[in-house]
Amino acid sequence: MNRTIKALLYPYVVWIAMMIVVPFFLIFFYSITQSRPDSPAIFRFTLQHYREFFKTENINILSKSVILAVETTILCLVLGYPAAWIISKTNVNIQNMILLLFILPMWINMLLRTYAWQVILSRTGLLYTDTAVVIGMVYNFIPFMVLPIYTAITKIDKSLIEAANDLGASSKEAFLKVVFPLSMPGVITGIVMVFLPAVSAFAIPRLLGGGQYVLIGNLIEKQFYLLNNWNFGSAVSVILMILILISMRFMRKSGEISGRGGAILW
Amino acid sequence: MKRFFLVIFTVVAVFFITACSNKNQGGNDSGKQVLNVFNWGEYIGFDPVTINGVTYDNVIDAFEKIYNVKVNYETFDSNEAMYTKLIAGDARYDVIIPSDYMIERLIKQDRLNKIDFSLIPNYSLISQDIVNKLDEEYPDIEMNDYVVPYFYGTVGIVYDKTKVTKTVDSWSILWDEDYKKKIFMYDSQRDSLMVALKLLGYSMNTHDLDELQQAKEKLIEQKPLVYAYVGDSVDQQMIDGEAYLAVVYSGDAAYIMYNNPNMSFAIPKEGTNFWIDSMVIPKTSQNVELAHKFINFMISPEIARANTEYVMYTTPVEQVFNEVIEEDWANNYAYNPTIIDVFGGNIQTEVFRDPGDFIKEYDKIWSEVLSPERNYIVPIVIGGVVIIGLVAYLVLKKRKNRVY
Amino acid sequence: MVKGLKIQHKIYLGLMFLFLYAPIFVLVLYSFNTSEAMGRWTGFTLKWYRELFRSDVIKNAFYYTIICAIISTIVSTVFGTVAAIGIYYHKKRVQDYVLNVNYLPVINPDIVTAVSLMLLYISVGIQRGFTTMVLAHIMFSTPYVILSVLPRLQAMDPHLIDAAQDLGATQLQAVRKVIIPEIMPGIIAGMLIAFTMSIDDFVISYFNTSGGVTNLSIEIFNMAKRRIRPTVNALATLMVAVIVMFVFIINRIGSKKKMEYRLKEDEK
Repeated sequence: MNRTIKALLYPYVVWIAMMIVVPFFLIFFYSITQSRPDSPAIFRFTLQHYREFFKTENINILSKSVILAVETTILCLVLGYPAAWIISKTNVNIQNMILLLFILPMWINMLLRTYAWQVILSRTGLLYTDTAVVIGMVYNFIPFMVLPIYTAITKIDKSLIEAANDLGASSKEAFLKVVFPLSMPGVITGIVMVFLPAVSAFAIPRLLGGGQYVLIGNLIEKQFYLLNNWNFGSAVSVILMILILISMRFMRKSGEISGRGGAILW
Repeated sequence: MKRFFLVIFTVVAVFFITACSNKNQGGNDSGKQVLNVFNWGEYIGFDPVTINGVTYDNVIDAFEKIYNVKVNYETFDSNEAMYTKLIAGDARYDVIIPSDYMIERLIKQDRLNKIDFSLIPNYSLISQDIVNKLDEEYPDIEMNDYVVPYFYGTVGIVYDKTKVTKTVDSWSILWDEDYKKKIFMYDSQRDSLMVALKLLGYSMNTHDLDELQQAKEKLIEQKPLVYAYVGDSVDQQMIDGEAYLAVVYSGDAAYIMYNNPNMSFAIPKEGTNFWIDSMVIPKTSQNVELAHKFINFMISPEIARANTEYVMYTTPVEQVFNEVIEEDWANNYAYNPTIIDVFGGNIQTEVFRDPGDFIKEYDKIWSEVLSPERNYIVPIVIGGVVIIGLVAYLVLKKRKNRVY
Repeated sequence: MVKGLKIQHKIYLGLMFLFLYAPIFVLVLYSFNTSEAMGRWTGFTLKWYRELFRSDVIKNAFYYTIICAIISTIVSTVFGTVAAIGIYYHKKRVQDYVLNVNYLPVINPDIVTAVSLMLLYISVGIQRGFTTMVLAHIMFSTPYVILSVLPRLQAMDPHLIDAAQDLGATQLQAVRKVIIPEIMPGIIAGMLIAFTMSIDDFVISYFNTSGGVTNLSIEIFNMAKRRIRPTVNALATLMVAVIVMFVFIINRIGSKKKMEYRLKEDEK
């Protein structure tokens, strides 16, 4: 019955087919062939790039990236949730202002801000440690956590909280049993939006971590830049994509179990 | 509802009009000739420059106004990024300024035009030492037919005189326990391997796996002493005095010493990398004649001076080099390789050769140096358990809530 | 400014903003420093501002950055919102497919997106330039808009649209009059993210432009290999100043409207 509304999706489907799916297949094609970017006309089918990935050092690189990204995501959530919640409680006409203030620092170039962090962190002796990397990443990604959580919280029907209070729930209980569960869609979006870019980040780890180790983002980057090994680079990114899609599938499943009728996740 | 679509339509229309009007931007500016220049970032003079009594904002501005042309100026941050962009089919650069080994690759792949030296009268100003060096180091290709040198230099150690009391004359100082966590290395396989290979007395272009293995062990041994492997320049940190020793390009060292008088520069006795960045004209150039004019302009004395004074890399234009040394940086060792006798042969220098596919071996070794040594299986298992527990907890919690 | 909050909440927000603005403060401070290096205060100067106004490269890059960000933000916000509404009313299975594909640009490291788009442009034979850069920006920021609009849609009362239709609205009227206002905070959040992504992008822009079209990130990243000039600090400072002014004006307009609204309410 909602045919007209459903049709709103179709232009976007055409667009993603053109701009996302086709390029993805180009990458996938590179990942299963052997070629050189300087003479792209010659292709040979092979799966060696995928085999090559499953070496201990590459697995270590992947794990290290995931661990850093998980730490970043957890910190973003722990720090960002209260912020989003407090913002949602402020006077309505300044909420947008505060949100804007959260985003504004990001309009200044990322590299410049990271250099500024170098200056700050070197004073505290933290520069070139894992802590520095995590601080830098949290700094960079926290707005992506705050925004969706805020969006979800503001959508919660205020009368539900009042009802909880009327039924004798303390404000803590009301928060835990009403606000938090209902803000889950925002939380999950936030986790996704922080974790995904964090796992493949390479500029911040390099600048603040002092290049003491390789991360998955660096691994991919250097295949394209330095080694001209687009095939292996493509294979690594295909693997990364598959891993992430699988884990999101799981998250979605668990979201369905815990949410009301699958409305929590898509 | 009409308004809704009208808005979308307007947006799309505006977008396409803007897009299309910009499409032709490469080729006009009221019929002026266009020159596409592709250079390193911060590698050209941006201070005002005076030529024949007229002052221009910067070097590019001067060229545009004097020749009445438009310059599309683009920058890159590494030879490899430049290469990736250049080989993509539609790139149309007229002048590029890569390093020696990348030029070697471009020549071997037949991507460069030969220079027509009759169009470059200023070429005679280029130091013969540099021209000879290129001939010597690349005997198999006629490098000098394709390039006009732009900047050159070495790689050495910049150090804090007030903190480093030992004599700095060998790469081995970078392995000295006294300077633990006060050493900057490059996060670059070839530059860092160069240091280890030179220390061991091998060629930095070696393809001998045994030698490379020894270099790798040397670098792993050094790892606990290194403060950071930096990807970008260490200028800021060294000016700030954050570490005592850093491996740097001579031009950066000149800049660091200029800004922090505590710093000094040394080229280790075991020898080092000598590099020359040059201007070349790719085959895809659409305006070869103007490219020659630009190259000639860049090595004219006033402009070469403006460039070298801004960038602080050593210029191959002999006359300018002598002027600068006399007036500005008499004692800046880093700027002046003749003081350290690079050409006299007291210090053995080598240029990088294009490794071709062997780059993968270098990379493998460098990755092994940097690879996280810890085993991550345990944290992963713990992390997995925690996440599963958390999910289970949420699910149970949810169930309980439903009772309400 | 922040009324009706407990003191500990104010402190928390204050600390948060301290964290967010500390680096900005450092940048601004060192734009007035005589030394070329950050981290070492040597004296006050305005020379970097003079240098900034002379530098065609930075002015040119700034122009392209802003134009590109504005166009791609408008297009991706509209596009993403429309698509999100469409997605919401589709079956679960369709949603899954579209959203999985939608995630790809978010998951992919920038370099992969950059190279894959470059391959696309080259294989189709489009000359890279401003257009290709804008298209690339729309491509990677639209998914973020969708991701921030969807939660808002899901939290919406599903019967709203039926109610609107029962009252005689056409479907698209219902979308415009009922859904859009409901999800406005999500749209604004998405718009902000899209603008931010665009203004901050380096790798994707770098590989998908040419012909003298650059942006600030490209210039700054390429500068960083040698040294970052305080000129870019000066630019950052000017941007901060403009932004602060902008925020101040919006704030003023906002509170004025609110006042008028309140007065009208009172009259009733």
